Amino acid sequence: MSTDQQTDVEAPAFARGGYPLHSVIASEFTKLRTVRSTIWSFGTLFVLAVGLGALATSLASSHWTQMRLEEQLTFDPLRQSLVGVFFGQFAIGVLGVLAISAEYATGTIRVSLAAVPKRSYLLLAKVIVFGVSALIMGEIVAFVSFFVGQMLLTSPAPHVTIGTHGVLASVAGVGLYLCLLGLLALGLATIIRHTAAAVSAYISILLVVPIIVSLLPSSISNTFGRFLPASIGHSVVSQVTGPHEFSMGVGLLLLVLYAVVVLGIGGYLLARRDA
Amino acid sequence: MIEVLNLTKRYGDKVAVENLSFSAASGVVTGFLGPNGAGKSTTMRMIIGLDRPSSGTATINGKRYVDLAWPLREVGALLEARAIHPGRSARSHLWMLAQSNQIPRTRVDEVLDIVGLTEVADQPAGKFSLGMGQRLGIAVSLLGDPGVLLFDEPVNGLDAEGIRWVRNLLISLAKEGRTLFVSSHLMSEMAQIAEEVVVIGRGRLLTQTSMNALLENNQQSFVRVRSPQIDRLEQALVAKGAKVTQEADGILQVYGLAEAAIGEIAFDEKVMLHELAPVTASLEEVFMELTEESVEYHGTERSRQ
Repeated sequence: MSTDQQTDVEAPAFARGGYPLHSVIASEFTKLRTVRSTIWSFGTLFVLAVGLGALATSLASSHWTQMRLEEQLTFDPLRQSLVGVFFGQFAIGVLGVLAISAEYATGTIRVSLAAVPKRSYLLLAKVIVFGVSALIMGEIVAFVSFFVGQMLLTSPAPHVTIGTHGVLASVAGVGLYLCLLGLLALGLATIIRHTAAAVSAYISILLVVPIIVSLLPSSISNTFGRFLPASIGHSVVSQVTGPHEFSMGVGLLLLVLYAVVVLGIGGYLLARRDA
Repeated sequence: MIEVLNLTKRYGDKVAVENLSFSAASGVVTGFLGPNGAGKSTTMRMIIGLDRPSSGTATINGKRYVDLAWPLREVGALLEARAIHPGRSARSHLWMLAQSNQIPRTRVDEVLDIVGLTEVADQPAGKFSLGMGQRLGIAVSLLGDPGVLLFDEPVNGLDAEGIRWVRNLLISLAKEGRTLFVSSHLMSEMAQIAEEVVVIGRGRLLTQTSMNALLENNQQSFVRVRSPQIDRLEQALVAKGAKVTQEADGILQVYGLAEAAIGEIAFDEKVMLHELAPVTASLEEVFMELTEESVEYHGTERSRQ
C-alpha cells in the first residue's frame, strides 16, 4: 500500500487519538504472561513465603512448651504466621526488577519503544500490569500464609482468627506491602537498567541499610530506622506497633511514596535517555 | 517520506552524526550507504525516536516518530536482529506488539506466513538461528502493514539463501509502492534494489543522488593496454587526448578512449599489442573511492579551519 492511500483510508481512525493506554496495558499483560520466568518467579514467591512461613510456624507450635515465659508472653501468632513474607519480599523484588530489566537485557526495549514511543505510557502500563499482578499474588500469599499458619498453631500455642481486631487489615496489608516492594524494585530497575545491579540495590535497601542504621548511635537509628522498608514490614505483620516504628497505615503510605518517587525518577530518565 | 534535517548526534566529544540532511521519497527504495561506523544505525535510531538527537530533526510523513498516531501501522523498522526474549515464542512476541497498536490477531499469522516462521512460531525464540531471528525482525516491521519501512543492514550475517530471500522480499515490498529506507555497507546489495542513494561517511552526508547517476559519475572505466613498445604508444595516446597512468612495467591504464580507438592508434603507430582489455571498476571500488575521497576532503577542510 502506498503512504498516500494509507493516510486517506485510515486517517479517520487516527483521529481518535492514537493508541490508547488500555492497548498498551493489554500488550504488557501478554508480555508478562508469555515468559516462563514469570510463572517460575511467582511460584518461587509462593513456595518461599507460604512454605518457609509454615515450617517456622509449625516449629514454634511444636516447641511451645519449651519456650521461656518471656517468649510466650511476647508471642505474636499473627506475625508468626506471616513470617514467610520476609522471604517472599526477595522473590517479588526480583520479579519487579525483571519486569523491565529483561527488556534491556534482551534488546526488546527498543522494539517495545518503537511500538509505543510515548515512553510514559509504556512505563505506566508496566506499573499497572505488574502492580495488579503483584497485589493479587501478594494477597494470595498473605491470606494462604495466615490460614495455614493459624491452622498449624495448635493448643497450647495461641492463635488468632481473621475476625480478631486488626488481623484482617494486617493480612491484607501484607499483600499490599509485597506489591509496593515489587513496584519499588521495578522503579529501581528502570533507573539502573541492569538486572544484577538492580537486584543488588534492592537487596541492599532491605538487608544492608538496616544493618548500617542499627550500628549508628541509638538516638539516630531510633529516629531514622522507622523509615526503612524493613521496619515498615515489621509493623505491618505485627498486631502491636513497636516503640520505634510507624503504624501500619503510615508505613504503607510511606512505601507508596517511595515507590512513586523511585518510579518517577525512573520515568524521567526513561523519557530522556537513549534506548 | 522521511526527512532528516541538520541532524547531529554527539556522545561526549565523539560526533557520530554531524549536521546530516537528506530525504527519502515516498514510494521509492532509498539505499543508505556508508562504511561500518559511519553513523547509519545511529541515524536510523534517531528517526525511530530511540535516540535523542543533539540537534536537528527527523520526520516521517511530516511528523516526528513519537507523534505518530499508530506507529507500527505507519512505520516498520528492523533495527537489530534477535531483539526478543529467548523464552518467548515468535507468535507471542508479535502478538504483544500487535496489541499495543490494535492490530488484529489474524495479522500475526499473516506476517508469520510471509517470513516463513509459521512452523516454529510457538517455539521459544531462544532456539532461533540468526537467520530466523532476522525473519522475525522483518515480521515485526511488517506487522502493521506500514507504508514506510526502515531496515538496518537487513542481510547482515545471513547465508546466501537468506540474502536472496531478503532481497526478493525488499523488491516485492517496493513493488507494492511502499517507501523503503535500507542501510548497507555493501554497495552491490544496494545497486540491485535501490533507486536513490544517500551516502554518508564519518557521520556526514557525502552525496544524495540516484543510483544510476552515482554509478555513472563514479564508475571509472579504463582500458588496460600491454605492449613491448609502450612509451611510443603512450605518446600517441596522450596526443589524441587520452589520460594515461602506468599500472606496471609495460602496462598502461587508458582513460577517455575506447578499445577500438586505441587499437587503431596502435595500428597507425605500428606498435605491437599484447593486451587490449576494457576494465570496469567494481561497485565496491566505486564505493571505496567515494568514501575515501570524502574522508580526505574532510581532513583537509578541518586542517584549514
